[in-house]
Amino acid sequence: MPARLTVLIAEDNAADRMLLSTIVSRQGHRTLTASNGLEAVALFEQERPQLVLMDALMPLMDGFEAARRIKQMAGEELVPIIFLTSLTEGEALVRCLEAGGDDFLAKPYNRVILEAKINAMDRLRRLQDTVLQQRDLIAKHNEHLLSEQRVAKAVFDKVAHSGCLDSPSIRYLQSPYAVFNGDLLLAAFKPSGGMHVLLGDFTGHGLPAAIGAMPVAEVFYGMTAKGHSLTEILREINAKLKRILPVGVFCCATLLNISFQRRLVEVWNGGLPDGYLQRAGTSTRTPLVSRHLPLGVLTPAAFNDQCEFYPLELGDRIFLLSDGVLEACNSQGELFGEARLLEVFANNHEPAQLFVEIQQALTRFRGELHDDVSLVEISLLDEGIPSRPPLVFADSGQNSPLDWSATFEFRGETLRRFNPLPFLLQLLLEVQGLRPQAGVLFTVFAELYSNALEHGVLGLDSALKCDAKGFAEYYRQRSERLANLEEGYVRFHLQIVPEPNGGRLILRIEDSGQGFDGPAILRQQLGIDSLCGRGLALVRQLSERCTWPADGKGVSVEFSWSRGHN
Amino acid sequence: MAITSQPSADGQELTIVIQGRFDFGAHQEFRDAYERVDRSPERYIVDLKGTSYLDSSALGMLLLLRDHAGGDHAQIRLLNCNPDVRKILAISNFEQLFKIA
Repeated sequence: MPARLTVLIAEDNAADRMLLSTIVSRQGHRTLTASNGLEAVALFEQERPQLVLMDALMPLMDGFEAARRIKQMAGEELVPIIFLTSLTEGEALVRCLEAGGDDFLAKPYNRVILEAKINAMDRLRRLQDTVLQQRDLIAKHNEHLLSEQRVAKAVFDKVAHSGCLDSPSIRYLQSPYAVFNGDLLLAAFKPSGGMHVLLGDFTGHGLPAAIGAMPVAEVFYGMTAKGHSLTEILREINAKLKRILPVGVFCCATLLNISFQRRLVEVWNGGLPDGYLQRAGTSTRTPLVSRHLPLGVLTPAAFNDQCEFYPLELGDRIFLLSDGVLEACNSQGELFGEARLLEVFANNHEPAQLFVEIQQALTRFRGELHDDVSLVEISLLDEGIPSRPPLVFADSGQNSPLDWSATFEFRGETLRRFNPLPFLLQLLLEVQGLRPQAGVLFTVFAELYSNALEHGVLGLDSALKCDAKGFAEYYRQRSERLANLEEGYVRFHLQIVPEPNGGRLILRIEDSGQGFDGPAILRQQLGIDSLCGRGLALVRQLSERCTWPADGKGVSVEFSWSRGHN
Repeated sequence: MAITSQPSADGQELTIVIQGRFDFGAHQEFRDAYERVDRSPERYIVDLKGTSYLDSSALGMLLLLRDHAGGDHAQIRLLNCNPDVRKILAISNFEQLFKIA
């Protein structure tokens, strides 16, 4: 049974009015009656009936005009108007509909048809009501969702901040709300200079994708700041995602470890499309191919952290992209695809323009740039190495330990997996006087440690690195020998000595290797700008004093500070 | 997109056939295809002959099937991959988890 409605009847003929009123009342509705258009409009405004029966021809104001005014007052709400008419010619009936009428009923009135029409119109009216309610509800939910996303985004920005994405060596293209598409771009300076970069793409969209991005950003920034290596960061991110994400949700990612000073990039790609290392001054490109499952799929034990190493030269550019670039779709439903991207590379004449050209090609292809594209370019510029902002320490450093020494020996089994540098540097930075030199300390430690490990313990020959092929071979041997390492050691002797106006750090590092001819290596490194190592020359530049014992077993470096310097 | 599944006569093997786009829209249907069977099979075949496109949520769904089928002990073969589909599986290095032919 339809609900009880209030029905307005506008009819100038009193007998007809009475008849209609009786039929409608018997159907269970309340009736209002008007004898002309003006009255009808006034009654509508006052009583807001839900349905109107309107005579077309009436004195003072006819039904057409009254219908127009009522429809206007009703606004979005559907107030069905059924025209009552003895007009039969088509044109007149069209006028009824044009004035806003929803149906008409021919005179003389038939009770059964009138009742049926009122019921039908009531159904329409309620349908419209439901649609409006749902529309408002959806609008409200959407507004709610957007405001939640704004808050979530603000929190995310605090965690993921922009790192060093504003560095002059980085150019990137990404929507500010990319995290809700599952895209994530992070970059941070390493304490030793150099940079870690991560481009990630989570399965799925919206909040589930964004939630995974949070721990990734925290691990990435936290561990990079403490001086951890790329492989350690990879392992930690993978383990964390595996633990917290449901099966079937994972993160395709490429991570880069760029050492500007050592002119070296370390690459790990799990599930992202090929990145490219574009060589300066040539049209050769090395694809940075996905060799691993995405992050968050494998258990920590099965995870493979094997990276690839490539030498860098001034002017080299690295491009990373999300699959949003290759899957950009034009109006014909075609995908942008790898072939079109490679064509952009092939047609390029001015490498500095490549980034813009890729962007333009995408825009041309699909008309406008959508927000699901992430593209980043990192270049090795010659206007100096990007500099890292000073480290921030939470404590005041008042209780600085100033007179101590310690010796650490890390043996085979440990060297295979553990990176002792973050641990040692954390310890040294308890000494307040050393904090302003933290970056230099990290660099020198990193250089000396990799020398001791690679040449001393693993017995690798840096002469191998004289060309790009040997370079790859060097790092292949490195990871093979490291994986099988059982013997050998690297020792750190740390000594902090107070001095009248400050203090001094003396670090001696020794390894189980054959020893080396420091001065000879230095001559070689200073002499040529080759692919093989700048390590020792760098250490000598950065430390206050750098000496070798006569047997070549070990290196000693010193750093001092004076009070008031901080 | 349409997903059908057919157990072998001895019930040891379940073949899931995917037609058209294999993406998030297929989520429920794909799950039903391996969850609504009378007895658990030993082996699974996902036939991608009619699959025109596969996205990262489809990769996620394959991982869910793998989990359902016993994780590291799962025996799942992905058959009849067209070059586009094969490329996507290759980028994600899924050959480490599935037999792809």
